[in-house]
Amino acid sequence: MKITLTLNGRSREVDLPPLVRLLDALRGPLGLPGTKEGCGEGECGSCTVLLDGEPVNACLVSIGQCEGRAVTTVEGLSDATHLGPLARCFVDHGGAQCGICTPGMLISAEALLARRPDPSDEEIREAIAGNLCRCTGYQRIVDSIREAARERAGGAA
Amino acid sequence: MTTAAQNASSARPPFIGTNVPRTDGASKVTGRAAYVDDLPHEPGELFGATVRSPVPRARLRGITLDPAFDWSDVTVVRASDLAVNEVQCISAEQPILAADQIRHAYEPVVLLACADKRKLAQAVRAVKLDLEPLTPVLDPEQSFAKVDVIWGEDNVHKRFSITKGRADLPDPAGSAAAIEAAIASCEIVVRGRYTTHHQEQLYIEPQGVIARWDDKGVHVTGSLQCPYYVHKALVHGFDLAADRVHVTQAVTGGGFGGKEEYPSVIALHAALLAQKSGKPVRMIYDRKEDIEATTKRHPAICEITSGCDRDGTLRALSIRILMDGGAYMTLTPVVLSRGALHAAGVYRWDDVRIDAIAVATNTPPNGAFRGFGAPQTIWAIERHLDRVAEELGRDPMDLKAQNMLREGDTTATGQTLRGSVGVAECVDKALTASGYHDKRKAAPVVRGRVARGIGASVFMHGAGFTGSGEKHLKGRVAVDLLPGGRLRIRTASTDIGQGTETVFRQIAADAAGVRLEDVDFAVPSTSYVPDSGPTVASRTVMVVGGIVERAAREVAARVRAEQEASGGEFTAAADRLLTKEREVTALVQYEHPGWVTWDDSTYKGDAYPVYGYACDVAEVEVDLDTLEVTVTGFWSATDVGKAIHPVMCKGQIEGGSLQAIGWALWEDVVWKNGLIQNPRMTNYIIPTALDAPPMHVDLVEAPYAYGPGGGAKGVGELPMDGGAPAIAAAVEHATGIFARDLPLLPERLLELQTTRKGFGAKGAEGDPKPQALKG
Repeated sequence: MKITLTLNGRSREVDLPPLVRLLDALRGPLGLPGTKEGCGEGECGSCTVLLDGEPVNACLVSIGQCEGRAVTTVEGLSDATHLGPLARCFVDHGGAQCGICTPGMLISAEALLARRPDPSDEEIREAIAGNLCRCTGYQRIVDSIREAARERAGGAA
Repeated sequence: MTTAAQNASSARPPFIGTNVPRTDGASKVTGRAAYVDDLPHEPGELFGATVRSPVPRARLRGITLDPAFDWSDVTVVRASDLAVNEVQCISAEQPILAADQIRHAYEPVVLLACADKRKLAQAVRAVKLDLEPLTPVLDPEQSFAKVDVIWGEDNVHKRFSITKGRADLPDPAGSAAAIEAAIASCEIVVRGRYTTHHQEQLYIEPQGVIARWDDKGVHVTGSLQCPYYVHKALVHGFDLAADRVHVTQAVTGGGFGGKEEYPSVIALHAALLAQKSGKPVRMIYDRKEDIEATTKRHPAICEITSGCDRDGTLRALSIRILMDGGAYMTLTPVVLSRGALHAAGVYRWDDVRIDAIAVATNTPPNGAFRGFGAPQTIWAIERHLDRVAEELGRDPMDLKAQNMLREGDTTATGQTLRGSVGVAECVDKALTASGYHDKRKAAPVVRGRVARGIGASVFMHGAGFTGSGEKHLKGRVAVDLLPGGRLRIRTASTDIGQGTETVFRQIAADAAGVRLEDVDFAVPSTSYVPDSGPTVASRTVMVVGGIVERAAREVAARVRAEQEASGGEFTAAADRLLTKEREVTALVQYEHPGWVTWDDSTYKGDAYPVYGYACDVAEVEVDLDTLEVTVTGFWSATDVGKAIHPVMCKGQIEGGSLQAIGWALWEDVVWKNGLIQNPRMTNYIIPTALDAPPMHVDLVEAPYAYGPGGGAKGVGELPMDGGAPAIAAAVEHATGIFARDLPLLPERLLELQTTRKGFGAKGAEGDPKPQALKG
């Protein structure tokens, strides 16, 4: 079945059975391995992507559900030469260690900052509660997101 | 800090002590970092799968491939296909595939490979194992009692003792009698039994490798901590020359010990399938298989009897440690060793006897996990001293501070501490930052049905391999000079998230006096990096970082000699030198400080050249209706010697502390008849961002004279050691419930509260001392 979607701002078409997981479509035929699989049952959040701006687990969404919709992955948050501000804050403030949860974590943070530009620490923790990290203890992820929010608000250019 | 971090990489040295952006950061935040399952599929590649035993113990009578299934495009490997059926670790008694005996649930029996993933899953179901189930031995005490022999002659993986003072007698019975007498002569005697449970590493990236063969031999790329461990296992398993085995680390999504020895197994499996099929084989575990089949933290039972003076001076200590090794030995003797060497805690004792035993059970082999035996014994000794303090009517931290090791004191192995003992400063800083004393004095705060309490722990962790390990290991690194005055570090020490490649660059750049961006870090592959030893044991920065420093200094000295002889810039001199000599490389081998002495047969001497120290404080809220515990704040002051990269150093402490909090409160492998009942992230619960408390970390720097960068010590494992006892002390402060067993699940706490077992018990299991619920 032919499915057309907007992927990281570009229109893409794939020919796949509609029940193929979005995660497999992204990592396979769509050539975007940045989205990771940690559990395959919607618990770890490593495969979080934006579907029409809402964070979803790509292991629980079928490619057929994406027809005519917009999908954003970690590859869509930075361009080839510049890190996005959120991504850069993760590097500068220790928000990434092993990095396997980082793509999903960045996507959840992006969704938060889009609807809530000046979140409290509690709101940050709530927004990333579906993304498991085993390395950092989360403190530096919270710090990274708070700093990105501050920079976006013009606190630091 | 942002500006400093952004500009740091093009700045000039020193880089040590600054928070340069991690050098693998950009690739990780853009999704470009290639973990093993992100590597492109090679032409003809097959997927690999494993058929495992559904029972914990059985005779394997036969294997049947369903004749109705089309096996034409499925590669099948059984034990009978193997020339060598041994996983080389400390011993080689673990089979690569079970041949006639099943010794634990999920034991691998048959390997399958197929290009079609869906068909592969069907093939796994089309293999029938003919099993004659036997009664499994699942309890370590039962195993030690030798009711049924399941391993070796007596089920014992390892047993040894540590003795000091009056208990230091060669005859075990005499030593045991002597420690009993020493304790009996003390004014205050306290006994207790403390237990800890399995813990799953739960790295977010599951285990995985890709294997292929060509005319150069076998190539394995995977998610792993220790390339040379896998190398050794493949050399042994395929009886190959060392230069025909090539092991390369892919970007690795966490390890925590779980990718120390286990990758040898999955690498052997994938390589066997690749050899038989003649095609590359990709083997990636799903989460369930990873939780069920791979190693976990050793459960332990510690029985402690101690004696002290009425003024709190600790005198004599007797501990029996019983660890559950699981079905095969893997690294159990070393885990037991580290556990026993940390069992006396961070305290002075005159007389000590530690009887350490590890036994086999019919459960999946337990193995390396951050802390490596120490969290188990530190849980026991810290809880025990909390009990002693209660007996004396003292605050636990006052009692502990009174007895803490100082420079010049001797440990249980007779090691005299020569310096870099920052523990007193750690205690001072953590207690002050958390407001511990005021909050303790104010007694537990009860508001409605919520009680708030605070508790602390103090502990140390030996850095580097135990005893003479580093001497035998002779870890090596190479630093090469490249055109343009660049340096390249070649080491088998891997970056598994902790930041190795960044801190090694910082160390090398400072040692050579070059920019950070002029230092490369070679992908760890056994084909071109020397054996630096494994990435374990809090040894990477302190031991391997030290030789990176020496090698970089040596290469730079040769360039500067060239500069002095013929002038010019560093880069021009480097190029001239390269033209003249073609290859400019320093290959440096680790040397233990000359004064380190250790006797493996008596367990005496310098168990570790130096220790890291820390004090953890946890503040908790306990719901008095449900007895659920929430950690509302966590403080740690940690003596790291010297922080090469303070942000990453604190990241280690925070991450390790949260693993300790998870182990204390939620993480619990649930067993039934030898099978795991919760092998999923849905029901094996690790902390989320909402469960995790705000973390407040202070770095203390008591430099180690032989550490790199001005005195760095190991930090990787230390933060796993103290979280659980600090939380238990806080729960006790809030509720009066004294927990001896992990995890502190609400139902366990309820049982303690109901039976009053948790209230100031004197005997090993009880003598309940009735006491009103505090608050």
